[in-house]
Amino acid sequence: MGVSIEVNNLNAWYGTNHTLQDITLHIPANEATALIGPSGCGKSTFVRCLNRMHETNPIAKVTGEVRVGGLDIYSETSAVEVRRRIGMVFQRPNPFPTMSIYDNVASGLRLNGYRNRRTLDEVVERSLKQSALWDEVKDELKKKSGASLSGGQQQRLCIARALAVDPEVLLMDEPASALDPVSTAKIEDLIFQLKSQYTIVIVTHNMQQAARVAERTGFFLNGRLVEFDSTHKIFTNPGDKRTEDYITGRFG
Amino acid sequence: MASGLAVLATILVIAPLVAIFIDLVYKGASSLNLNFFTKLPAPVGENGGGMANAIVGSAVLLTLASAIGVPIGIAAGIYLSEYGRGTKLSNVVRFTADVLNGVPSIVMGIAVYALIVVPEKSFSAFAGGVVLGIMMVPTVARTTEEMLLMVPHSIREAALGLGVPAWRSVLSITLRTAMPGVITGCMLAFARVAGETAPLLFTALGNDFWSTSLRQPIEALPLQIYVYALGAYDEWHRLAWAGSLVLIALIVVSVSLVRYVTTRGVLKGAA
Amino acid sequence: MILRIQEPRTPKPADDEPIGGLVPVVVSPQASTVRTFLVSRGSSSIADSTFRWLMLLCALSIFAIVALIATELVTHSQITLAKFGWKFFLGSAWDPVNANFGALPFVYGTLVSSILALILAVPLAIGVAVFLTEMCPRALRGFLSFMTELLAAIPSVVYGLWAIFVLVPLLREHVDPLLIRLLGWTGLFAPPDFGIGMFAAGVILAIMILPIISSLTREVMTAVPHSQREAVLALGATRWEMIRMGVLRNARIGIVGSIILGLGRALGETMAVAMVIGSSPTISKSLLAPAATMASVIANEFAEASDDTYRSALIEIALALFLVTIVVNMFARLLVWAVTRGTPARVA
Ligand SMILES: Nc1ncnc2c1ncn2[C@@H]1O[C@H](COP(=O)(O)OP(=O)(O)OP(=O)(O)O)[C@@H](O)[C@H]1O
Ligand SMILES: [Mg+2]
Repeated sequence: MGVSIEVNNLNAWYGTNHTLQDITLHIPANEATALIGPSGCGKSTFVRCLNRMHETNPIAKVTGEVRVGGLDIYSETSAVEVRRRIGMVFQRPNPFPTMSIYDNVASGLRLNGYRNRRTLDEVVERSLKQSALWDEVKDELKKKSGASLSGGQQQRLCIARALAVDPEVLLMDEPASALDPVSTAKIEDLIFQLKSQYTIVIVTHNMQQAARVAERTGFFLNGRLVEFDSTHKIFTNPGDKRTEDYITGRFG
Repeated sequence: MASGLAVLATILVIAPLVAIFIDLVYKGASSLNLNFFTKLPAPVGENGGGMANAIVGSAVLLTLASAIGVPIGIAAGIYLSEYGRGTKLSNVVRFTADVLNGVPSIVMGIAVYALIVVPEKSFSAFAGGVVLGIMMVPTVARTTEEMLLMVPHSIREAALGLGVPAWRSVLSITLRTAMPGVITGCMLAFARVAGETAPLLFTALGNDFWSTSLRQPIEALPLQIYVYALGAYDEWHRLAWAGSLVLIALIVVSVSLVRYVTTRGVLKGAA
Repeated sequence: MILRIQEPRTPKPADDEPIGGLVPVVVSPQASTVRTFLVSRGSSSIADSTFRWLMLLCALSIFAIVALIATELVTHSQITLAKFGWKFFLGSAWDPVNANFGALPFVYGTLVSSILALILAVPLAIGVAVFLTEMCPRALRGFLSFMTELLAAIPSVVYGLWAIFVLVPLLREHVDPLLIRLLGWTGLFAPPDFGIGMFAAGVILAIMILPIISSLTREVMTAVPHSQREAVLALGATRWEMIRMGVLRNARIGIVGSIILGLGRALGETMAVAMVIGSSPTISKSLLAPAATMASVIANEFAEASDDTYRSALIEIALALFLVTIVVNMFARLLVWAVTRGTPARVA
């Protein structure tokens, strides 16, 4: 089941570029939360701070507190353990090119040392069903390479891979931006299904998408969180002029 | 006019090269037969000998060399591409590797002679394997680095994002994705040292008889070619050409493979 | 930005019509097994740092190799280092019987054979590189650069074999007589001529370093930005002027670098030279006379060096060769890097 995320005074840098400034917000459990904002405002940086991927960049720095399910991920645990609890789906599909579909989905468990074949089979099947890919690939699971799928299928494969480790949170950084409308619709439906069990944070440039899938929406601008509220409120009656300008397409 | 000169230069260069290949294939192939691979050298003046002991000796030497050069080289390449990217230290290591590549192989041979043969008071296959292994390190390290750099960053992120420990991600994802390239890079280094003669002169020494012991002197294909080329018998010359053809075949295969992997992009699927 | 006009909808109930074969999600009992397992795995920080240190250690082993070579060579050449000092490289007497060693003939042989090789190889190599980058049809280019790579990988001993049986007879029968007739007056090409000797060594070295120089030259020429060529062409230059001013001039540092790299290779090349140079520790004016280089004397004499002083003298020559090739290679690499990867300052 999903857990809530508590962010307090989060600051992040790339070198001397102060990318995120004093972000504080509460992301509730088992809901989808959308993050919107113009390009370069720090949305990706923010989600990467939630599973400590930010620090994989040698010039990156971060301060502040992030509590996932009450646990401070920066002081009370290790990066590896945090990432096992928080799945991530990236903007561009990135299946492991040398692995079959099956191996891709099983990779999170296998690479962490899990060996039980029967459980792996079940987990792979469940994850692929959850990500609505099962019917399309079930006949050539171990024959076909992950890289040979279409873009939309690859992205759903990446979602399956993230789900296979049974995470509590799913971070999605523009998961549909490289996809056609049909694949996008599939992914949105997926998010819809998944949010009863996982806490989902989704970055998107598509405001309809935010409106369609998310209970809550945060608006970022120049490294700051301008407004964070229920999606309904943000899109019908935003509290900040800048949010309104952005939503109505007057800038960005 | 100037273009004419450039074309002429190219022809002038290609001519001897084509000549070398034709001579090799012509003189080598006519002497390659089963005996070459199965028989010991015939007594001086007799026909029908082979280079079996030299082939086995080269195999022993190259196995030891690879056991030393490949893991160290790959590990160094991993450091350069995965941990030290852009740091001063890795620039210096990379630079030193390139410079080490330019150190004459005979100098390497003398150094290992001083390091191993002198204290052991005996020439040995072990010393020969060590010097060839050392010579493989910089080449393997640099090609491994190059191949790992071709692996897209997004794949590393995918692995780390799953909570896979860094070491596991490097070995099972990054290195594995680049594996075709790394293997052919190792093959190239292997083929290069397979033809090295100078460093073996005072380490492996050469041996007219069967030997697979690491503590004894051992024969090697290039050493045998050297001795036979300078010898006075037609039969020896014939064997020298045949031996050269075998070495060249090994090199043609590995150079072609490297080219295939880097240009046709076996790694392209990863992009 | 708005691609699909659609009303924001409220979360639909789970039994809504699924799209694209979406199945209702069930939490499987395995889920918790998996989670328990992963939680039990720990941070593996010890494995990570061990691995990192191991990789670092292997990278550092490259320094260790260089240091090891240097110390071994220095400690094993103590006898002659102490006995002759710097004069070792100035004395021209190489007399193992009386333990009197001067390495000048070998230094001379190394320099002359390498310079000879450069004189023969550089114009050809640049010609080939120009041909390959600027005018060669695409299909042929691939084949030619493949040939170049192949040639760079052929073992020295095979070049030596070819030189003994093909090149040397060719020189002796056809080329040397011509040279003696045309250039005999300079004294550089004087009989007696055995075919083997300094000139033959220079020619085989030239053939061996040609692929190295031309492929590196090609690399730096390709690195010259297209705008440079176009700028020269825009001034109304002919194609040849464009190559000379737009390409060669901009690539000249890199070309010098690749020539020096070829020099480094020629200085240390052993087997092919040892097989055709004739092994004579003498300095002769005629290039047709037998001679010896630093590398060839080690190859030819080390096995028979019976006493410690003799061996020490040869190891000292190896030490000198090591230092010279290190310096030459460093210099060349810096020049080539300057062109192909930006400033060398960061490298050094
Ligand atoms: N790897 C990096 N190195 C240096 N600076 C970076 C890096 N990645 C991002 N930045 C900088 O950090 C800032 C925020 O980038 P980020 O990727 O978080 O924006 P974003 O909101 O996700 O934009 P987009 O919508 O285009 O994906 C930008 O100014 C960007 O230039
Ligand atoms: Mg982004």
